[in-house]
Amino acid sequence: MPVLEAIDLTYTYSIGTPFEKTAVDHVNLQIEQGEFVGIIGHTGSGKSTLMQMLNGLLKPTSGTVKLDGRDIWEKTADRRAVRFQVGLVFQYPEYQLFEETVYKDIAFGPRNMGLDEKEIDRRVRETAEAVGLKPELLEQSPYALSGGQKRRAAIAGVMAMEPKVLILDEPTAGLDPKGRTKILTQLRDYHRRTGCTVMLVSHSMEDVAKYVSRLLVLSHAQVVCYDTPSAVFARGDSLAEMGLALPQITRIFHGLRAKGVEIPDEVYTVKYGAEQLLALLKGGEGKC
Amino acid sequence: MLKDITLGQYFPMDSVVHRMDARFKIVITLLFLVMLFWGQRVTALIAGFVFVVIATACSKIPPKMLVKSLKPIVPILIFTGFLNLFFFGGGTVYWEWKFLKLTEQGVQASVFMIVRICLLIAGTSLLTYTTSPIVLTDAIESLLSPLKKLKLPVHELAMMMSIALRFIPTLIEETDKIMAAQKARGADMESGGLIQRAKSLVPVLIPLLVSAFRRAEELALAMECRCYHGGEGRTRLRVLKSGLRDYIALALTVLLLAAVIVINAVLG
Repeated sequence: MPVLEAIDLTYTYSIGTPFEKTAVDHVNLQIEQGEFVGIIGHTGSGKSTLMQMLNGLLKPTSGTVKLDGRDIWEKTADRRAVRFQVGLVFQYPEYQLFEETVYKDIAFGPRNMGLDEKEIDRRVRETAEAVGLKPELLEQSPYALSGGQKRRAAIAGVMAMEPKVLILDEPTAGLDPKGRTKILTQLRDYHRRTGCTVMLVSHSMEDVAKYVSRLLVLSHAQVVCYDTPSAVFARGDSLAEMGLALPQITRIFHGLRAKGVEIPDEVYTVKYGAEQLLALLKGGEGKC
Repeated sequence: MLKDITLGQYFPMDSVVHRMDARFKIVITLLFLVMLFWGQRVTALIAGFVFVVIATACSKIPPKMLVKSLKPIVPILIFTGFLNLFFFGGGTVYWEWKFLKLTEQGVQASVFMIVRICLLIAGTSLLTYTTSPIVLTDAIESLLSPLKKLKLPVHELAMMMSIALRFIPTLIEETDKIMAAQKARGADMESGGLIQRAKSLVPVLIPLLVSAFRRAEELALAMECRCYHGGEGRTRLRVLKSGLRDYIALALTVLLLAAVIVINAVLG
């Protein structure tokens, strides 16, 4: 059974006014437990709206969201409990920090869950470590941190709820390349260690390709494809039409293939690309 | 839910009232207010009603919108109506219980007050519905410009007002976002008593204040970078122009006000 399921999900903003706009249009989706899903689509493709429906912040205009097979908008369902299980990190989450100390801010979610002090303390220290915040930073004001540290503190605030599904809406937006890699590798480690489901929203293929096990491509409020990265990247041309650029390395290999070089499968990390090239250079001298 | 606020909402449309000079619209609205509060007779209210009906018809604003603008003040209406009803003494006494007294004048005063406030809100809403906030502040600046002689910083005041108006929607959007983010962390804003609810606003208000300060700083910096230096020697993108229709509208309003004053004086 999938952990999260969207059935015929639709969301329309400002119904009945001239500004009516369908942001998510009859989307069907199944997310399996333990997957690392990347969600890509350009601005306005409905990514953020879809994510907010998955944790019950927005009520779908029509369709259902199921968590562990149960409709989250059922009359008896507890939506607050749903939000603890499907943790959502918003875009620019550092703007939601408000407590006196980083510690208290990370503890906000767990405290709302009604956990005891000991458990809260464990979770705060664990997640702070997971996002690379040193213990001495915990007693500082969140406003005294640097931009990247603030971002990671805010992500820790959601992680500390230990959700079954962790959704992050563009967690790397506005960070420098070093900060980006840091957050993404920390997320990968977190995913490996806890085995929870992670959904990463991004508009950059480059970022997503390296880490995810599945890719969901959204365009004009609809799902274009939901598959493994190599299967998605094999459709490079149609992605380009949607305004989504393939990772640089994939484009190079597509070019090589067009020139007649034999390449067995899709390349979307530099490391794998290098291996492929070395194998080609060693093995088939004549082919190149 | 915050999107339902109609304060200062502008309805872009093409009508005679929309095209009028904003300065005239402000003066006419002020005359309308004077008219509403002129004397304790029903004439002022009838004239006010006629004014609102004609102005609405000319502005093409759906009357439903005016009714909607009255919604937020319903509690105030009930409160003032209640106060006037029972505590405004005089005339025949209909009913009495302890300190509460229902009198003829009380009923009259209460009905007058409610109608008066409704007309007041409807009339002023019409001004903001038909005039964009930017034009409105331009007009206020222009109307207040004689005060520059008294060394009053009129331009700066108008600038402050337009910036404040400009940022209302931005801050509303921001509030919605922060609320959603805190809800995602399990903040509970819908249940609990008054104190509990007030407390639950802290996680929203603090980030909101911080972001307001940040925005103010960024805006100040951006203005400085473009060498903003206040009112002197600045030209305008939109120049306020008055025409025949503005003078006609003003003349009609003045006539209506004069009629109310004369009728009140004649009836003593």
